[in-house]
Amino acid sequence: MLQPPTLPTNYTVKPGQIKTSTGKTLRTEEMIINMGPQHPSTHGVLRLEIVVDGEIIVDCIPHIGYLHRCFEKHCEHMTNYQQVIPYADRMDYCSAMTNEWAFALAMERMLKIEVPERVEYIRVIMAELQRIASHLIAIGTFGIDSGAFTPFLYAFIDREKILDLFEMTCGARLLYNYIWIGGVSHDLPPKFIEQAKDFIKYFRPRIKMMNDLLSYNEIFVKRTANVGVLPREVAINYAVSGPQLRGSGVNWDLRRDDPYSIYHKLQWEPQIGKGEMGTVGDCWDRHIVRMREMEQSLNIIEQALDSLPEGNVKAAIPKRIRPDKDAEIYVRTEASRGELGFYIVSDGTASPFRVKARGPAFVNLSVLPEIAKGAMIADLVLIAGSIDIVLGEVDR
Amino acid sequence: MTPQEILDILKTKFGEAIVESKQDVQQPWICITPDKTKEICLFLRDEASLQFDYLSCLSGMDYGNGNFGVVYHLFSMVHKHKIVIKTFCAKDNLQVHSVSSVWGTANWHEREAFDLFGIIFDEHPDLRRILLPDDWEGNPLRKDYKVQEFYHGMRVPE
Repeated sequence: MLQPPTLPTNYTVKPGQIKTSTGKTLRTEEMIINMGPQHPSTHGVLRLEIVVDGEIIVDCIPHIGYLHRCFEKHCEHMTNYQQVIPYADRMDYCSAMTNEWAFALAMERMLKIEVPERVEYIRVIMAELQRIASHLIAIGTFGIDSGAFTPFLYAFIDREKILDLFEMTCGARLLYNYIWIGGVSHDLPPKFIEQAKDFIKYFRPRIKMMNDLLSYNEIFVKRTANVGVLPREVAINYAVSGPQLRGSGVNWDLRRDDPYSIYHKLQWEPQIGKGEMGTVGDCWDRHIVRMREMEQSLNIIEQALDSLPEGNVKAAIPKRIRPDKDAEIYVRTEASRGELGFYIVSDGTASPFRVKARGPAFVNLSVLPEIAKGAMIADLVLIAGSIDIVLGEVDR
Repeated sequence: MTPQEILDILKTKFGEAIVESKQDVQQPWICITPDKTKEICLFLRDEASLQFDYLSCLSGMDYGNGNFGVVYHLFSMVHKHKIVIKTFCAKDNLQVHSVSSVWGTANWHEREAFDLFGIIFDEHPDLRRILLPDDWEGNPLRKDYKVQEFYHGMRVPE
């Protein structure tokens, strides 16, 4: 195990402490600098207003909203329930399948629709493939943030293969409109199962390669271990979720703890950070949780592919959706980045009265000022990268 | 713990502050007065038998005709139970006590409700707009919202 780096204990230099060779005291002061909105390592249009004392961050104020596209307003005013799905796609565009699923699931629970078993299996396969694709982006860009360029390219080669699978299923590579309320838009194509199994066989050694190349690389470990520690209590208080929460050592996964679909029938283990390279809840822990979750996702897909039942995937799709007046529901699912919840209120008409999307990236980002205080400026890039935000979902 | 038991505990502790509740719906909810939200939420978080440590979602609501509200979806990671708390307020007195000192996550959610609905959260540490520009007019998710015609000389599309 690597030793944690020794940090200077006295960070702050008080005004009047620095003296020149002639004995004159120099004036020091805090400085406000601006990072973003156009900055490669903010992963989108995020502006961070940072108060620094030398290299040390005293305060960090995120400014968001540059990508606000009025998701909730559109849901109320311009759409039927079915038409919300493409808008939900565009929230977290790196993980569109899980967004669609969350909304469809909420509506199915509200309308008490029983979905055919084949649909549940297909959805699990798609969501887990999507989770791998999304984690690959997170890992690749996190590598870039820490100064490693090659893993990014490897990650995108592998992601491409998943996008090919999506493309052969529904024709789209990024925004699918695949999971509908009550079913899915297309059945799996004939060669899908074969190709998905080929992908699993191909991808297992690639995870090991990525671990060798990045996760256990000494430079990477020194760069990320003990950086940006998010303690367990703070994480829960800020309702952080997903790999970030599990990285802080909290054994919590909605697929197991608030079960939906067929996850209770499948064998897999939630992965948590243990502080192997430094402190529990540091950037390295968040990274390794994502790496290990990809393996678990492969296990899930393998089991689901082996026991895929027959059935009509469009059997339960309702033609007309009119929920009861004043029906309301909050449904949460484990998306790639954490808890994605939809709070839907109906007024008995064909379009929702109110839709509130509780995006994981929005909530996970709100804890950034807590982590960033006391860190170095160069580490802020890493901390923001390890949170894995998608601004499309933060701003909606 | 079932929602009915949670309701009973809250009623014995706070009495008048519990306005109404509905138990025969998909997700039972309890309605409390807007000036007591912080007190009751602090109790919900710290009481050993409840321990609602996870504020999953906080949503502003406009029910039309000048009726507004805030909905809290609470979960307990320890006991694995859940409850929905609601509070209602009228358009001429849109004041709800902030719970961001109870759960840190409420900070941004409350700013969003302030931004899109204009609900004022008392004792919020940093009540600013979050998604819209600071100089935007009106609160877009209100049912009577009219979009402004121009923004910095640019015509705003309908």
